[in-house]
Amino acid sequence: MGNEAVALGALHAGAARGIGYPGTPSSEILDVYNQLGGKAEWAPNEKVAAEVALGVSFAGVRAFTTMKHVGLNVAADVLFTAAYSGVDGALVFVVADDPGLASSQDEQDSRRYAVAAGVPLFEPSDSQEAYDYTRLAFEVSERWKIPVLLKLTTRVCHSGTIVMPRAPDTGLAAAHFVRNIPYRVMVPGHARPAHRRLRQKLAEIAEWNETDGPNQEIEGSRDLGILVSGVAYQHAREAASDASFFKVGMSYPLPMRKMLNFIESVKRAVVIEENDPVMADAVRAAGGTIESAPEMYRFGELNVSRVKRILAGDVTPEAVPPRGKPPQLCAGCPHGITFDLLKKYNCIVAGDIGCYTLAALPPLSSMDTQICMGASLGTGLGLRHVLPREEAKRVVSVIGDSTFVHSGLTGLAEMTYNVPPTGHVLLILDNTTTAMTGQQEHPGTGRLLDHSPANQLDYEKIARAMNVPNVGTFDPIRQPAEFEAALVEALAKDELTVLIVRRPCILAVARKGVKPATTEG
Amino acid sequence: MNEKVTSIKIAGLGGMGVLTSTQILADLFFRQGRDVKKAEVHGMSQRGGSICSDVRFGKKVFSPMVPAGEIDFLVLFQDDQLPLYEAECSPQTVILKPDQIDLEKLGNKRALNIAMLGLLSRYLDVSSEAWLEVIHEVLPEKLHQVNDAAFELGRSGV
Repeated sequence: MGNEAVALGALHAGAARGIGYPGTPSSEILDVYNQLGGKAEWAPNEKVAAEVALGVSFAGVRAFTTMKHVGLNVAADVLFTAAYSGVDGALVFVVADDPGLASSQDEQDSRRYAVAAGVPLFEPSDSQEAYDYTRLAFEVSERWKIPVLLKLTTRVCHSGTIVMPRAPDTGLAAAHFVRNIPYRVMVPGHARPAHRRLRQKLAEIAEWNETDGPNQEIEGSRDLGILVSGVAYQHAREAASDASFFKVGMSYPLPMRKMLNFIESVKRAVVIEENDPVMADAVRAAGGTIESAPEMYRFGELNVSRVKRILAGDVTPEAVPPRGKPPQLCAGCPHGITFDLLKKYNCIVAGDIGCYTLAALPPLSSMDTQICMGASLGTGLGLRHVLPREEAKRVVSVIGDSTFVHSGLTGLAEMTYNVPPTGHVLLILDNTTTAMTGQQEHPGTGRLLDHSPANQLDYEKIARAMNVPNVGTFDPIRQPAEFEAALVEALAKDELTVLIVRRPCILAVARKGVKPATTEG
Repeated sequence: MNEKVTSIKIAGLGGMGVLTSTQILADLFFRQGRDVKKAEVHGMSQRGGSICSDVRFGKKVFSPMVPAGEIDFLVLFQDDQLPLYEAECSPQTVILKPDQIDLEKLGNKRALNIAMLGLLSRYLDVSSEAWLEVIHEVLPEKLHQVNDAAFELGRSGV
């Protein structure tokens, strides 16, 4: 699997630490890295993960951080200024995009981040390149002291192709701190020259990409030339086996001179890329002429059939594949009880990201909003602030345990600071794991990534420390009546209430033999 | 010039062993000295939804996903999943379904995926020993006996 290849690549590159937050399709990388003997940890969220990784690199050694594409939104604050400060050892952001939305809330294209932040970006097309480009990303990062993005997609992460590993890197520096205040303290006076240094680095890296970058030209018929990157290359080679190809391995900064030469060397040039027309726009901005896919192919992932259609200029509607059985809450899932209650009391449910989002689908249909990690708190509060009293009273924010730790703490601070006139009710659905992405640990489970014991956050104490007046914990399966009574009371009061609904995920119990936590937990 | 690529699609519901079977097939053809690629869908797999995965092998494989109309073998772990993939099949596609196996003789229902691989093995030029070697490596030892029987049931009907 591509994710395994990234883990092996990072291990062979001698990374000192890998830090991330789980998110499909990136989640397996750190678990595999740990199994291979690498030092891996889950952070509360992607921003913290990237900060820890940056700190590791400031000690002069190699670090990487893993996340899904929307995780980079959370970590973007780190990325943009780390591009200015630069790094000391090496820092690689491994970011997994999800064209086609197999398991995500949007299909944003991370290549735009490379352009916006000004950091190099590599785009592997199979497991071998996932391994090779991981190692190359560390080398480029260390050589130019710049963070580097490694952009994966679902089909690279979760496809498996044969990998030939190379000998691991040796002779890497040991961790050591060297004071360098003008390079690491980004006050305006330091950041202005840092921006100039960044642009200078990018100019040098662009030249390197022209001569030594991981780009490949495949000679074929000069009648058709295809400019391509990522897994789309594999589809295109199969769809048009006779064509000539220019395969871009490093998509920012682009090897534009080589690309334009290629385009001019063929009778018909077409760019094939997933998601946004990033290369198409860049070629045209540089004065090149190239055909690109009609707008309809921007949606969803590409495959051999779609590439054939693009090359044929076919814009007739595509057949809609039949829908299979949709995923749903597992039989016996403790979340089901909570959402049955929310439905019974006609609640307006500000939801969040996790398994429980499945409650928005029929037959439960009892979630009204879901945007991004932690948004249940803010959106629920916004609704409470302005809705008429009768409606406001029915608004409830619902968030999972891992999501609460990720981005709910600051929302809870907002809840106790700008209190709506009707108060508010927050349910923390604590199934003691990051269930949706495959049962990873987090700071609320009391276990580290490798499942060894760790400090465990206490949500009741957190809520009390923030001065929430009504706080309680219930097991929805053992104490259904008590839980319902507490919810009814909370909805009736014009006060703030936090209810922790604690029952371990049935899959986690089955997998790890975890005993259900006691209600005193 | 090139050996034709063989494309297998495995389909079922989350929890039926689709990913395990994919791993077995990928390992098997890798050991047979072929280029092999697999494509899986993760994330929703444990929540009982429809899932499928692709395995392709040959001298050189490009796309990890089986193009529409090029499925050589469609292996279904549940009969009612057929309508989802019918449009991607061609008249040449061999469709394998659980009703081709004597389920009465299948001791452990969870071994259905291995029985289906046994059924598939009838069409592929690979020895039973090579199949079982990979099955033993991918699955835990305590299941070997059950899986050996399931594989044999699929391969020979007894």
